[in-house]
Amino acid sequence: MDALLRLEDVRKSFGTITAVDGISLSVARGEVLGFLGPNGAGKSTTMKMASGFLRPDGGRVEICGIDVWARPVEAKRRLGYLPEGAPLYDEMTVRGFLKFCGAVRGLFGPGLKRAMEEAAERTHLAPVWGQSIGTLSKGFRRRVGLAQAIMHKPDVLILDEPTDGLDPNQKQVVRSLIRDMAKDSAIIVSTHILEEVPAVCDRVVIIAQGRVVAEGAAEEIAARVPKGEEPSLEAAFRHLTTTGVPGDKGGRAAA
Amino acid sequence: MRAFMAIVRRELAGYFATPIAYVFIVIFVTLAGVFTFQVGNFFARGVADLAPFFLYLPWLLLVLAPAVAMRLWAEERNSGTIELLLTLPLRTTQAVVAKWLAGWLFLGVGLVATFGLWATVNWLGTPDNGVIALGYLAGWATGGVLLAAGAAMSALTRNQVIAYVLAAAVCFILMSMGTPLVQEVLAGALPAPVAEALLAISVPSHYAGVAQGVLTLADVVYWLSMTAFWLFVNVLVVEWKKAA
Repeated sequence: MDALLRLEDVRKSFGTITAVDGISLSVARGEVLGFLGPNGAGKSTTMKMASGFLRPDGGRVEICGIDVWARPVEAKRRLGYLPEGAPLYDEMTVRGFLKFCGAVRGLFGPGLKRAMEEAAERTHLAPVWGQSIGTLSKGFRRRVGLAQAIMHKPDVLILDEPTDGLDPNQKQVVRSLIRDMAKDSAIIVSTHILEEVPAVCDRVVIIAQGRVVAEGAAEEIAARVPKGEEPSLEAAFRHLTTTGVPGDKGGRAAA
Repeated sequence: MRAFMAIVRRELAGYFATPIAYVFIVIFVTLAGVFTFQVGNFFARGVADLAPFFLYLPWLLLVLAPAVAMRLWAEERNSGTIELLLTLPLRTTQAVVAKWLAGWLFLGVGLVATFGLWATVNWLGTPDNGVIALGYLAGWATGGVLLAAGAAMSALTRNQVIAYVLAAAVCFILMSMGTPLVQEVLAGALPAPVAEALLAISVPSHYAGVAQGVLTLADVVYWLSMTAFWLFVNVLVVEWKKAA
Protein backbone atom coordinates (compact mmCIF):
# COMPACT_ATOMS: atom_id res chain seq x y z
CA MET A 1 0.00 0.00 0.00
CA ASP A 2 1.30 3.45 -0.83
CA ALA A 3 1.40 5.74 2.17
CA LEU A 4 -0.17 9.12 1.40
CA LEU A 5 0.77 10.57 4.78
CA ARG A 6 4.12 9.70 6.27
CA LEU A 7 5.76 11.01 9.45
CA GLU A 8 9.37 9.98 10.00
CA ASP A 9 10.83 10.39 13.45
CA VAL A 10 9.29 13.85 14.01
CA ARG A 11 10.31 15.71 17.13
CA LYS A 12 9.22 18.91 18.76
CA SER A 13 10.22 20.63 21.97
CA PHE A 14 8.88 23.79 23.54
CA GLY A 15 11.68 25.20 25.65
CA THR A 16 12.77 22.39 27.93
CA ILE A 17 9.58 20.39 27.44
CA THR A 18 9.71 17.63 24.85
CA ALA A 19 6.22 17.42 23.37
CA VAL A 20 6.90 14.91 20.59
CA ASP A 21 9.88 12.62 20.88
CA GLY A 22 10.39 10.82 17.59
CA ILE A 23 7.03 9.70 16.22
CA SER A 24 6.84 7.77 12.96
CA LEU A 25 3.65 6.67 11.28
CA SER A 26 2.09 6.28 7.87
CA VAL A 27 -1.43 6.17 6.51
CA ALA A 28 -2.43 4.66 3.16
CA ARG A 29 -5.32 5.50 0.86
CA GLY A 30 -8.53 3.91 2.05
CA GLU A 31 -7.29 3.73 5.61
CA VAL A 32 -8.47 5.51 8.76
CA LEU A 33 -5.80 5.70 11.44
CA GLY A 34 -6.93 6.42 14.99
CA PHE A 35 -4.36 8.50 16.82
CA LEU A 36 -4.89 8.07 20.53
CA GLY A 37 -3.25 9.28 23.66
CA PRO A 38 -4.02 10.91 26.99
CA ASN A 39 -4.32 14.68 27.18
CA GLY A 40 -0.89 16.28 26.89
CA ALA A 41 0.64 13.24 25.19
CA GLY A 42 1.55 15.26 22.10
CA LYS A 43 -1.43 14.42 19.87
CA SER A 44 -2.23 17.96 18.78
CA THR A 45 1.43 18.90 18.37
CA THR A 46 1.86 15.87 16.10
CA MET A 47 -1.25 16.81 14.12
CA LYS A 48 0.03 20.37 13.77
CA MET A 49 3.31 19.04 12.40
CA ALA A 50 1.56 16.58 10.10
CA SER A 51 -0.52 19.42 8.65
CA GLY A 52 2.54 21.58 8.00
CA PHE A 53 1.52 24.23 10.54
CA LEU A 54 4.33 23.58 13.03
CA ARG A 55 7.84 22.94 11.83
CA PRO A 56 9.33 19.85 13.51
CA ASP A 57 12.69 20.25 15.26
CA GLY A 58 13.71 17.02 13.55
CA GLY A 59 12.27 14.39 11.24
CA ARG A 60 10.22 14.61 8.11
CA VAL A 61 6.58 14.92 7.06
CA GLU A 62 5.40 13.87 3.60
CA ILE A 63 1.98 14.27 2.04
CA CYS A 64 1.64 12.17 -1.14
CA GLY A 65 5.43 11.87 -1.18
CA ILE A 66 5.88 15.66 -1.05
CA ASP A 67 7.94 17.09 1.79
CA VAL A 68 5.66 19.53 3.62
CA TRP A 69 8.49 21.94 4.41
CA ALA A 70 10.34 21.76 1.11
CA ARG A 71 7.21 22.24 -1.07
CA PRO A 72 4.52 23.46 1.34
CA VAL A 73 2.01 24.79 -1.17
CA GLU A 74 2.00 21.63 -3.29
CA ALA A 75 1.75 19.41 -0.23
CA LYS A 76 -1.07 21.45 1.34
CA ARG A 77 -3.08 21.36 -1.88
CA ARG A 78 -3.55 17.64 -1.20
CA LEU A 79 -4.46 18.14 2.45
CA GLY A 80 -7.70 18.71 4.31
CA TYR A 81 -7.24 19.69 7.94
CA LEU A 82 -9.63 20.18 10.82
CA PRO A 83 -7.68 21.83 13.65
CA GLU A 84 -8.56 21.10 17.26
CA GLY A 85 -11.71 22.94 18.31
CA ALA A 86 -12.57 23.67 14.65
CA PRO A 87 -11.58 27.36 14.62
CA LEU A 88 -13.62 29.38 12.10
CA TYR A 89 -14.12 32.98 11.04
CA ASP A 90 -17.18 33.87 13.09
CA GLU A 91 -18.15 36.97 11.14
CA MET A 92 -18.48 35.07 7.86
CA THR A 93 -21.54 33.21 6.65
CA VAL A 94 -21.21 29.46 6.04
CA ARG A 95 -21.49 30.08 2.31
CA GLY A 96 -18.91 32.90 2.37
CA PHE A 97 -16.50 30.84 4.43
CA LEU A 98 -16.60 27.81 2.14
CA LYS A 99 -16.29 30.07 -0.88
CA PHE A 100 -13.20 31.64 0.69
CA CYS A 101 -11.59 28.28 1.55
CA GLY A 102 -12.33 26.96 -1.93
CA ALA A 103 -10.91 30.07 -3.60
CA VAL A 104 -7.69 29.88 -1.57
CA ARG A 105 -7.42 26.26 -2.70
CA GLY A 106 -7.58 27.40 -6.30
CA LEU A 107 -11.19 26.48 -7.05
CA PHE A 108 -13.28 28.90 -9.07
CA GLY A 109 -16.39 29.26 -11.19
CA PRO A 110 -18.67 26.22 -11.58
CA GLY A 111 -16.04 23.94 -9.98
CA LEU A 112 -16.06 26.02 -6.80
CA LYS A 113 -19.84 26.10 -6.71
CA ARG A 114 -20.06 22.33 -7.15
CA ALA A 115 -17.42 21.72 -4.45
CA MET A 116 -19.31 23.99 -2.03
CA GLU A 117 -22.64 22.29 -2.71
CA GLU A 118 -21.20 18.79 -2.40
CA ALA A 119 -19.41 19.57 0.86
CA ALA A 120 -22.56 21.19 2.25
CA GLU A 121 -24.63 18.17 1.27
CA ARG A 122 -22.23 15.67 2.83
CA THR A 123 -22.07 17.64 6.08
CA HIS A 124 -25.78 18.57 6.09
CA LEU A 125 -25.23 22.31 6.19
CA ALA A 126 -28.25 23.35 4.13
CA PRO A 127 -30.27 24.71 7.09
CA VAL A 128 -27.52 27.20 8.06
CA TRP A 129 -26.15 28.01 4.60
CA GLY A 130 -26.64 31.77 4.83
CA GLN A 131 -26.11 32.08 8.58
CA SER A 132 -23.18 33.77 10.33
CA ILE A 133 -20.78 31.16 11.72
CA GLY A 134 -20.69 32.98 15.07
CA THR A 135 -24.37 32.16 15.61
CA LEU A 136 -24.04 28.40 14.98
CA SER A 137 -24.28 25.58 17.52
CA LYS A 138 -21.19 23.54 18.28
CA GLY A 139 -22.40 20.67 16.08
CA PHE A 140 -22.89 22.89 13.07
CA ARG A 141 -19.56 24.63 13.65
CA ARG A 142 -17.79 21.29 13.60
CA ARG A 143 -19.55 20.37 10.40
CA VAL A 144 -18.52 23.65 8.78
CA GLY A 145 -14.95 22.84 9.79
CA LEU A 146 -15.30 19.39 8.23
CA ALA A 147 -16.89 20.81 5.09
CA GLN A 148 -13.88 23.08 4.44
CA ALA A 149 -11.55 20.14 5.05
CA ILE A 150 -13.24 17.83 2.53
CA MET A 151 -14.54 20.26 -0.11
CA HIS A 152 -11.53 19.86 -2.44
CA LYS A 153 -11.53 16.04 -2.05
CA PRO A 154 -8.07 15.89 -0.50
CA ASP A 155 -5.86 12.82 -0.64
CA VAL A 156 -4.97 13.25 3.03
CA LEU A 157 -7.40 14.25 5.74
CA ILE A 158 -6.16 15.19 9.20
CA LEU A 159 -8.90 15.53 11.80
CA ASP A 160 -7.96 16.68 15.30
CA GLU A 161 -10.65 15.64 17.79
CA PRO A 162 -13.46 15.84 15.22
CA THR A 163 -16.18 14.59 17.57
CA ASP A 164 -15.04 16.28 20.78
CA GLY A 165 -17.95 17.98 22.53
CA LEU A 166 -20.62 16.73 20.13
CA ASP A 167 -23.82 14.98 21.17
CA PRO A 168 -24.31 11.29 20.21
CA ASN A 169 -26.34 12.12 17.09
CA GLN A 170 -23.78 14.61 15.86
CA LYS A 171 -20.98 12.13 16.56
CA GLN A 172 -22.76 9.57 14.43
CA VAL A 173 -22.98 12.00 11.52
CA VAL A 174 -19.26 12.80 11.75
CA ARG A 175 -18.29 9.12 12.02
CA SER A 176 -20.25 8.10 8.97
CA LEU A 177 -18.77 11.02 7.08
CA ILE A 178 -15.26 9.84 7.97
CA ARG A 179 -16.06 6.30 6.81
CA ASP A 180 -17.49 7.71 3.64
CA MET A 181 -14.41 9.85 2.97
CA ALA A 182 -12.07 6.92 3.67
CA LYS A 183 -12.84 5.32 0.31
CA ASP A 184 -10.64 7.81 -1.51
CA SER A 185 -8.41 9.36 1.14
CA ALA A 186 -5.88 8.57 3.82
CA ILE A 187 -7.36 9.77 7.10
CA ILE A 188 -5.83 10.31 10.50
CA VAL A 189 -8.21 11.02 13.37
CA SER A 190 -6.98 12.04 16.78
CA THR A 191 -9.30 11.34 19.65
CA HIS A 192 -9.45 10.35 23.26
CA ILE A 193 -12.95 8.96 22.92
CA LEU A 194 -12.11 5.29 22.83
CA GLU A 195 -15.57 3.90 22.15
CA GLU A 196 -15.65 5.40 18.68
CA VAL A 197 -12.36 3.83 17.64
CA PRO A 198 -13.61 0.37 16.56
CA ALA A 199 -16.45 1.96 14.58
CA VAL A 200 -14.26 4.39 12.67
CA CYS A 201 -10.62 3.30 12.59
CA ASP A 202 -8.90 0.49 10.69
CA ARG A 203 -5.74 0.84 12.69
CA VAL A 204 -4.68 2.54 15.90
CA VAL A 205 -1.56 4.29 17.13
CA ILE A 206 -1.34 5.08 20.83
CA ILE A 207 1.13 7.65 22.09
CA ALA A 208 2.18 8.72 25.56
CA GLN A 209 4.68 11.37 26.53
CA GLY A 210 5.46 12.12 22.92
CA ARG A 211 6.24 8.53 21.89
CA VAL A 212 4.41 5.71 20.16
CA VAL A 213 3.63 3.03 22.74
CA ALA A 214 1.44 0.76 20.62
CA GLU A 215 0.33 0.32 17.04
CA GLY A 216 -2.00 -2.16 15.41
CA ALA A 217 -5.63 -3.10 14.83
CA ALA A 218 -7.99 -2.08 17.64
CA GLU A 219 -8.65 -5.68 18.69
CA GLU A 220 -4.92 -6.48 18.79
CA ILE A 221 -4.31 -3.54 21.07
CA ALA A 222 -7.33 -4.36 23.20
CA ALA A 223 -5.65 -7.67 24.02
CA ARG A 224 -2.61 -5.93 25.48
CA VAL A 225 -3.90 -5.72 29.03
CA PRO A 226 -2.25 -6.85 32.26
CA LYS A 227 -2.64 -10.54 33.06
CA GLY A 228 -6.02 -11.51 34.39
CA GLU A 229 -7.83 -8.47 33.01
CA GLU A 230 -10.62 -8.67 30.47
CA PRO A 231 -9.35 -7.48 27.03
CA SER A 232 -10.67 -4.02 26.26
CA LEU A 233 -9.35 -0.98 24.46
CA GLU A 234 -9.89 1.15 27.53
CA ALA A 235 -7.95 -1.16 29.85
CA ALA A 236 -5.17 -1.52 27.27
CA PHE A 237 -5.07 2.25 26.79
CA ARG A 238 -4.74 2.80 30.54
CA HIS A 239 -2.12 0.11 30.84
CA LEU A 240 -0.06 1.28 27.84
CA THR A 241 -0.15 4.98 28.58
CA THR A 242 0.62 4.75 32.27
CA THR A 243 3.15 1.93 32.45
CA GLY A 244 4.61 1.76 28.94
CA VAL A 245 6.64 4.98 29.34
CA PRO A 246 9.08 6.52 29.56
CA GLY A 247 11.85 5.04 27.51
CA ASP A 248 9.96 1.84 26.78
CA LYS A 249 10.62 0.95 23.20
CA GLY A 250 8.73 -2.30 23.59
CA GLY A 251 5.49 -0.79 22.39
CA ARG A 252 7.03 0.50 19.22
CA ALA A 253 8.90 -2.75 18.60
CA ALA A 254 5.72 -4.73 19.11
CA ALA A 255 4.04 -2.57 16.48
CA MET B 1 -2.92 34.97 -7.26
CA ARG B 2 -6.47 33.72 -6.78
CA ALA B 3 -5.60 32.61 -3.25
CA PHE B 4 -3.96 35.95 -2.56
CA MET B 5 -6.96 37.93 -3.77
CA ALA B 6 -9.34 35.70 -1.80
CA ILE B 7 -7.50 36.67 1.37
CA VAL B 8 -7.45 40.37 0.48
CA ARG B 9 -11.21 40.27 -0.13
CA ARG B 10 -11.91 38.38 3.09
CA GLU B 11 -9.80 40.75 5.17
CA LEU B 12 -11.30 43.85 3.62
CA ALA B 13 -14.82 42.52 4.16
CA GLY B 14 -13.77 41.67 7.73
CA TYR B 15 -13.21 45.36 8.47
CA PHE B 16 -16.72 46.24 7.39
CA ALA B 17 -18.34 43.23 9.08
CA THR B 18 -18.44 45.13 12.36
CA PRO B 19 -19.29 48.78 13.10
CA ILE B 20 -15.72 49.35 14.35
CA ALA B 21 -14.45 50.20 10.86
CA TYR B 22 -17.05 52.91 10.44
CA VAL B 23 -16.24 54.28 13.90
CA PHE B 24 -12.54 54.47 12.95
CA ILE B 25 -13.33 56.31 9.74
CA VAL B 26 -15.70 58.76 11.45
CA ILE B 27 -13.12 59.51 14.17
CA PHE B 28 -10.38 59.91 11.56
CA VAL B 29 -12.42 62.26 9.38
CA THR B 30 -13.60 64.27 12.41
CA LEU B 31 -10.04 64.65 13.69
CA ALA B 32 -8.88 65.57 10.19
CA GLY B 33 -11.51 68.35 10.13
CA VAL B 34 -10.65 69.59 13.60
CA PHE B 35 -6.92 69.70 12.91
CA THR B 36 -7.34 71.32 9.52
CA PHE B 37 -9.86 73.99 10.39
CA GLN B 38 -9.35 74.63 14.11
CA VAL B 39 -5.82 73.67 15.15
CA GLY B 40 -4.41 74.46 11.71
CA ASN B 41 -5.95 77.95 11.65
CA PHE B 42 -7.32 77.29 8.18
CA PHE B 43 -9.46 80.42 8.01
CA ALA B 44 -6.94 82.79 9.60
CA ARG B 45 -4.33 81.74 7.01
CA GLY B 46 -6.54 82.91 4.18
CA VAL B 47 -5.01 80.40 1.75
CA ALA B 48 -7.14 77.82 -0.04
CA ASP B 49 -4.90 74.77 0.25
CA LEU B 50 -4.67 71.68 2.42
CA ALA B 51 -1.27 72.42 4.01
CA PRO B 52 -2.69 72.31 7.58
CA PHE B 53 -4.30 68.93 6.86
CA PHE B 54 -1.12 67.45 5.46
CA LEU B 55 0.89 68.87 8.34
CA TYR B 56 -1.11 66.81 10.83
CA LEU B 57 -1.94 63.82 8.63
CA PRO B 58 1.01 61.61 9.71
CA TRP B 59 0.02 62.10 13.36
CA LEU B 60 -3.56 61.17 12.56
CA LEU B 61 -2.25 58.06 10.81
CA LEU B 62 -0.30 57.31 13.96
CA VAL B 63 -3.70 56.83 15.61
CA LEU B 64 -5.48 55.16 12.70
CA ALA B 65 -2.83 52.78 11.32
CA PRO B 66 -2.38 50.80 14.59
CA ALA B 67 -6.18 50.57 14.89
CA VAL B 68 -6.34 49.08 11.39
CA ALA B 69 -3.35 46.80 12.04
CA MET B 70 -4.25 45.46 15.48
CA ARG B 71 -6.73 42.80 14.39
CA LEU B 72 -4.77 41.49 11.40
CA TRP B 73 -2.89 38.74 13.24
CA ALA B 74 -3.93 39.04 16.90
CA GLU B 75 -7.47 38.02 16.01
CA GLU B 76 -6.29 35.02 14.00
CA ARG B 77 -4.17 33.85 16.90
CA ASN B 78 -6.87 34.47 19.48
CA SER B 79 -9.55 32.51 17.61
CA GLY B 80 -7.14 29.80 16.44
CA THR B 81 -8.00 30.44 12.79
CA ILE B 82 -4.30 31.07 12.13
CA GLU B 83 -3.96 27.28 12.08
CA LEU B 84 -6.62 27.05 9.42
CA LEU B 85 -5.19 29.92 7.37
CA LEU B 86 -1.61 28.68 7.40
CA THR B 87 -2.51 25.12 6.45
CA LEU B 88 -4.26 26.33 3.31
CA PRO B 89 -2.09 26.06 0.20
CA LEU B 90 -0.33 29.41 0.33
CA ARG B 91 2.92 30.77 1.65
CA THR B 92 3.10 32.72 4.89
CA THR B 93 4.52 35.63 2.89
CA GLN B 94 1.42 35.66 0.70
CA ALA B 95 -0.87 35.76 3.74
CA VAL B 96 1.20 38.55 5.32
CA VAL B 97 1.19 40.70 2.19
CA ALA B 98 -2.50 40.04 1.49
CA LYS B 99 -3.51 41.09 4.99
CA TRP B 100 -1.37 44.20 4.79
CA LEU B 101 -2.82 45.09 1.39
CA ALA B 102 -6.37 44.79 2.75
CA GLY B 103 -5.47 47.12 5.62
CA TRP B 104 -3.79 49.53 3.23
CA LEU B 105 -6.86 49.64 1.01
CA PHE B 106 -8.91 50.33 4.13
CA LEU B 107 -6.57 53.22 4.99
CA GLY B 108 -7.16 54.42 1.43
CA VAL B 109 -10.90 54.40 2.11
CA GLY B 110 -10.25 56.50 5.23
CA LEU B 111 -8.26 59.01 3.17
CA VAL B 112 -10.91 59.15 0.46
CA ALA B 113 -13.45 59.88 3.20
CA THR B 114 -11.68 63.20 3.81
CA PHE B 115 -12.71 64.38 0.32
CA GLY B 116 -14.87 67.02 2.03
CA LEU B 117 -11.69 68.93 2.85
CA TRP B 118 -10.59 68.81 -0.77
CA ALA B 119 -14.04 69.90 -1.95
CA THR B 120 -14.01 72.79 0.53
CA VAL B 121 -10.69 74.26 -0.63
CA ASN B 122 -11.74 73.88 -4.26
CA TRP B 123 -14.98 75.66 -3.48
CA LEU B 124 -13.20 78.46 -1.64
CA GLY B 125 -10.40 79.02 -4.13
CA THR B 126 -8.20 77.43 -6.75
CA PRO B 127 -5.65 75.26 -4.96
CA ASP B 128 -2.87 73.35 -6.71
CA ASN B 129 -4.58 69.98 -6.97
CA GLY B 130 -1.33 68.37 -8.08
CA VAL B 131 0.22 69.21 -4.72
CA ILE B 132 -2.90 67.94 -2.95
CA ALA B 133 -2.72 64.66 -4.89
CA LEU B 134 0.95 64.25 -3.90
CA GLY B 135 -0.01 65.00 -0.30
CA TYR B 136 -2.56 62.21 -0.34
CA LEU B 137 -0.02 59.88 -1.98
CA ALA B 138 2.53 60.71 0.73
CA GLY B 139 -0.10 60.12 3.40
CA TRP B 140 -1.18 56.79 1.93
CA ALA B 141 2.41 55.58 1.49
CA THR B 142 3.28 56.68 5.02
CA GLY B 143 0.19 54.87 6.26
CA GLY B 144 1.45 51.77 4.43
CA VAL B 145 4.76 51.87 6.31
CA LEU B 146 3.06 52.39 9.69
CA LEU B 147 0.53 49.66 8.90
CA ALA B 148 3.28 47.15 8.03
CA ALA B 149 5.04 47.93 11.33
CA GLY B 150 1.72 47.65 13.16
CA ALA B 151 0.86 44.34 11.49
CA ALA B 152 4.19 42.88 12.62
CA MET B 153 3.35 43.95 16.19
CA SER B 154 -0.13 42.42 15.85
CA ALA B 155 1.50 39.06 15.17
CA LEU B 156 3.26 39.22 18.54
CA THR B 157 0.14 38.84 20.66
CA ARG B 158 -3.34 37.37 20.71
CA ASN B 159 -4.73 40.42 22.51
CA GLN B 160 -5.86 43.21 20.19
CA VAL B 161 -5.50 45.93 22.83
CA ILE B 162 -1.89 44.96 23.45
CA ALA B 163 -1.42 44.78 19.68
CA TYR B 164 -2.70 48.36 19.39
CA VAL B 165 -0.39 49.64 22.12
CA LEU B 166 2.67 47.88 20.64
CA ALA B 167 1.83 49.09 17.13
CA ALA B 168 1.26 52.66 18.30
CA ALA B 169 4.55 52.58 20.23
CA VAL B 170 6.58 51.42 17.21
CA CYS B 171 4.80 53.88 14.91
CA PHE B 172 5.46 56.66 17.40
CA ILE B 173 9.17 55.84 17.42
CA LEU B 174 9.27 55.82 13.60
CA MET B 175 7.50 59.18 13.60
CA SER B 176 9.23 60.96 16.45
CA MET B 177 12.75 60.07 15.23
CA GLY B 178 12.15 62.57 12.45
CA THR B 179 10.96 65.46 14.60
CA PRO B 180 13.38 68.34 15.28
CA LEU B 181 13.02 67.96 19.05
CA VAL B 182 14.01 64.28 19.12
CA GLN B 183 16.67 64.80 16.47
CA GLU B 184 18.29 67.43 18.67
CA VAL B 185 18.39 65.02 21.60
CA LEU B 186 19.69 62.18 19.39
CA ALA B 187 22.37 64.39 17.83
CA GLY B 188 23.65 65.20 21.30
CA ALA B 189 23.60 61.62 22.56
CA LEU B 190 24.68 59.59 19.52
CA PRO B 191 27.53 59.78 16.98
CA ALA B 192 26.53 61.94 14.02
CA PRO B 193 26.27 59.12 11.43
CA VAL B 194 23.90 57.17 13.69
CA ALA B 195 21.68 60.20 14.32
CA GLU B 196 21.63 60.90 10.60
CA ALA B 197 20.77 57.30 9.81
CA LEU B 198 17.88 57.40 12.28
CA LEU B 199 16.65 60.59 10.65
CA ALA B 200 16.88 58.96 7.23
CA ILE B 201 14.73 55.99 8.25
CA SER B 202 12.19 58.14 10.11
CA VAL B 203 8.78 58.58 8.54
CA PRO B 204 8.55 62.41 8.54
CA SER B 205 11.80 62.88 6.60
CA HIS B 206 10.15 61.22 3.59
CA TYR B 207 6.79 62.80 4.09
CA ALA B 208 7.17 66.55 4.51
CA GLY B 209 8.80 67.21 1.14
CA VAL B 210 6.29 65.14 -0.80
CA ALA B 211 3.36 66.74 1.00
CA GLN B 212 4.69 70.08 -0.21
CA GLY B 213 4.81 68.86 -3.77
CA VAL B 214 8.36 67.54 -4.20
CA LEU B 215 8.52 63.80 -4.83
CA THR B 216 11.94 62.20 -5.19
CA LEU B 217 12.98 58.67 -6.09
CA ALA B 218 14.54 58.36 -2.63
CA ASP B 219 11.11 58.80 -1.05
CA VAL B 220 9.58 56.05 -3.19
CA VAL B 221 12.50 53.73 -2.46
CA TYR B 222 12.12 54.50 1.24
CA TRP B 223 8.40 53.66 1.31
CA LEU B 224 8.88 50.45 -0.62
CA SER B 225 11.88 49.26 1.36
CA MET B 226 10.47 50.19 4.77
CA THR B 227 7.17 48.48 4.01
CA ALA B 228 9.02 45.42 2.70
CA PHE B 229 11.24 45.38 5.80
CA TRP B 230 8.30 45.41 8.21
CA LEU B 231 6.42 42.81 6.19
CA PHE B 232 9.51 40.63 6.38
CA VAL B 233 9.56 41.13 10.17
CA ASN B 234 5.86 40.23 10.14
CA VAL B 235 6.59 36.92 8.38
CA LEU B 236 9.33 36.12 10.89
CA VAL B 237 7.08 36.90 13.85
CA VAL B 238 4.23 34.80 12.47
CA GLU B 239 6.56 31.83 11.96
CA TRP B 240 8.19 32.29 15.35
CA LYS B 241 4.94 32.67 17.25
CA LYS B 242 3.28 29.62 15.72
CA ALA B 243 5.06 27.44 18.22
CA ALA B 244 4.03 29.61 21.19
